[in-house]
Amino acid sequence: MTIVGTGQAGTLESSDILVTVSPAESGSGIILQLTSPVIKQFGRHIEEFITNLAREQGLSDVTIHANDRGALDCTIEARVLTAIARSKVKAV
Amino acid sequence: MEKLRRAMMFVPGNNPGMLQNAGIYKADTVIFDVEDSVLISEKDAARQLVHNVIKTVKYPCEVAVRINHITTPYGKEDLAVILPAKPDLIRLPKAETAEEIKIIDEIISEAEEKNGFAHGSIKMMAAIETAKGLMKAYEICSASPRMVALALGAEDFLADLKTTRSSHGSELFGARSQIILAARAAGVQAIDTVFTNVNDEEAFIAETTRIKEMGFDGKSVINPRQIKMLYKIFAPTEKEIDLAERVLAAYEEAKAKNSGVIALNGKMIDVPVVTRAERVIGYARALGLRKGGSTND
Amino acid sequence: MINKAGRDIPLVIPGFKEVKLYNGAFGTVPTGRVVGPKITVNKPRSEKIVKSIDQAIEATGLKSGMTISFHHHFRNGDYVLNMVVEAIARKGIKDITLAASSLTSTHDAIIPFIEQGVITAIETSGGRGKLGELFTSGKYLKKPVLIRSHGGRARAIESGELAIDVAFIGAPACDTYGNINGIEGKSACGSMGYAMCDATYADQVVAITDHLVPHPLFPISIPQTNVDYIVEVDAIGDPKGIASGALRISRDPKELIIAEYAASVIEYSGYFKNDYSLQLGSGGASLAAAQFIKEKMIEQGIVGSFGVGGITAPFIDMLEQGLFKTLFDVQDFDIPSIDSLRNNPNHLEMSASYYANPHNRGPIVNKLDVVILSATEVDVDFNVNVITNSNGVIMGASGGHCDTAAGAGLSIVVAPLLRGRLPMVLDRVHTIVTPGETVDVIVTERGVAVNPNRKDVLENLKEANIPLMSIEELQHIAYNLTGKPEAIPVTDDIVGVVEYRDGTILDVIRKPV
Repeated sequence: MTIVGTGQAGTLESSDILVTVSPAESGSGIILQLTSPVIKQFGRHIEEFITNLAREQGLSDVTIHANDRGALDCTIEARVLTAIARSKVKAV
Repeated sequence: MEKLRRAMMFVPGNNPGMLQNAGIYKADTVIFDVEDSVLISEKDAARQLVHNVIKTVKYPCEVAVRINHITTPYGKEDLAVILPAKPDLIRLPKAETAEEIKIIDEIISEAEEKNGFAHGSIKMMAAIETAKGLMKAYEICSASPRMVALALGAEDFLADLKTTRSSHGSELFGARSQIILAARAAGVQAIDTVFTNVNDEEAFIAETTRIKEMGFDGKSVINPRQIKMLYKIFAPTEKEIDLAERVLAAYEEAKAKNSGVIALNGKMIDVPVVTRAERVIGYARALGLRKGGSTND
Repeated sequence: MINKAGRDIPLVIPGFKEVKLYNGAFGTVPTGRVVGPKITVNKPRSEKIVKSIDQAIEATGLKSGMTISFHHHFRNGDYVLNMVVEAIARKGIKDITLAASSLTSTHDAIIPFIEQGVITAIETSGGRGKLGELFTSGKYLKKPVLIRSHGGRARAIESGELAIDVAFIGAPACDTYGNINGIEGKSACGSMGYAMCDATYADQVVAITDHLVPHPLFPISIPQTNVDYIVEVDAIGDPKGIASGALRISRDPKELIIAEYAASVIEYSGYFKNDYSLQLGSGGASLAAAQFIKEKMIEQGIVGSFGVGGITAPFIDMLEQGLFKTLFDVQDFDIPSIDSLRNNPNHLEMSASYYANPHNRGPIVNKLDVVILSATEVDVDFNVNVITNSNGVIMGASGGHCDTAAGAGLSIVVAPLLRGRLPMVLDRVHTIVTPGETVDVIVTERGVAVNPNRKDVLENLKEANIPLMSIEELQHIAYNLTGKPEAIPVTDDIVGVVEYRDGTILDVIRKPV
């Protein structure tokens, strides 16, 4: 599945993450751009986590910007899911 | 022993930092709010976040969620998203009829069944925030066996009453009295409203002392700093604890002997005295004044 | 070679004659004698005052390759170090070893002189900001920055390991023959504790003052018998950076919870009785704990014998209320503390050696009952890091951390269990500053863990209403929320050496990848 709209969720407050999902060209796959203060300790994990979430949501071609402020996985998941849901609403 | 709900702390439902730390302040209950503290445009984000933190973070206390009223466009969706995470308690704001409680009760029953939770495991409470709701307070409390508490929400209530908050609190006297009466008649707890000026500690202490005297079981709080002050006011004295321990010992002894009469120092003890003693010991344990751990363990 | 703290220390480190491995907190027995400064003479009616810092440098005969020292009582308001290094650079002197008792972000100004080779070696308590980053980069300096605790520095000076050619002393008040105190003048900083050792053992001592007074000045913190030259300048510091107003008690609810638990730990530890002694750090939770401890002392009618430390307003408050009989003061952080040192005869100034030197006949930390310390990271072996951040970059100072932990009967470390997504209890800290064998209790907002070698304390704390758990459980709570962090990858380049207070090598700091 591809999305047509852009969806954003989260904030730039400490312990939150601002996630923006937007359409990507067909065949480009899941493109993730992550910035995080804990990139050294958790960067690989967060990338994998977000990519898997997007895949589980059935997304194949999508650009995800994630501006992390030290969010826990449960927060990352909530923000990604909300951003995806919002992108679908806008896609209609 | 009855679950203590002295401090019920509101936490804004769209703030991850506050949600993940909410458990450390020793509130008896944390209330994750997706109602007034969340912008309309963020309702979807907040309910998803609250769902996730309840499922992931282990809280050492009761976890409640204040949903939007079910007559708003958000209330039912709040329940649909949040119930599968299994909160301990749902708090309905601006309750006005028994019917609303019954509708939520049914939605919870369905969710419990669907998710394989024990029937009746998710409790309910309601807040009275209008004159109309106050007139139905007893019916609201009695509308469902899930109901464990009735709260006062003073800000909206006073607007409805066409008055404002004062330092002496006489404008809330009627509502508080009726809420206590309704709650006690229905066998649920009574929870007082928030005190919003976090920096006025003196006034907070005065108000909390007053509502404790009136019989309230607890109070909604909006800042962790209020919790310790509140517990100090609800703390029993050493003399009260001693007496309570002796009452309970006498009660146990009577039970062991299968005797219908409970006596302490030659005096008869009524069942309400035993109940009060249990309450005192509950407070004492929660504060670490007596061993045995708090009733929240 | 693996030292007794479990750290792999190379046997050869650039710039170090001999690498002595950490061998336990009291596992190294000192030998030899205390050294002394060169014998000198000052004939009657000769003049110590010179016109400028440049002239003072000339008079001392400072040459390339020598070691100079500074004290950090002016904290972020210090002008002295930057002025002197600039003057040295102007004279074309190179290859200087800078032995400052500590460095703050105001000293970022010397970075160009490090880059130019004026300063090529640094021995200090730590580094922050750009300086810390520069240390961690391994660029410019000829050898790794040597990190010493306050007690360790006093020891190194007295043993001759740190031989100071010229000590530059910022003197808030100085008379025309070199008597100095820190309690008068516009740049008053209070105690001169760290400068006392430098003044006593350096071959030459230059006092730099912005408050020159007729002889004799009293009270005297550093005597005329130690001072060779005096320079008067417009300002030795920025009063706003030297001391803040009374440090405010935290209102951060998380810090207050930690503080409350720390106060309960003290109350139930077995140490909380009349004549106990206490040291507080200047961190938020530590200061907040002071408030709770004060309440408990009043409630229970307990009067302590002495307080130690970097002194802050909450301690002054307790002294004035009679809750402690006296304070031993090596440094002051705020104006009430400076005022108290000036006015209260029960408030005593002490040297860094008296404070914490492990190799004299008894520093005051040996008589400490309880200390509350902060931490950047701890690990399941109770080791504490306060020097490198989560990315392995130097951004803190050792201070008296390991000295007080070793000396005190009960050392309590307070820290939030989570900083953002970073868990504070790790499998191993990135850098050990204080070895776990000297740390007794770790207090976080989610739990309190007692070192298993302190069964007595653990037993006592069972009575307290605090969330007591093992360090592994505490780590488990953190990891459950954050996940397990990956270790910071490092290269083989050693950019810092953490010397334990006894002169052995506790850990090394490797340059991050």
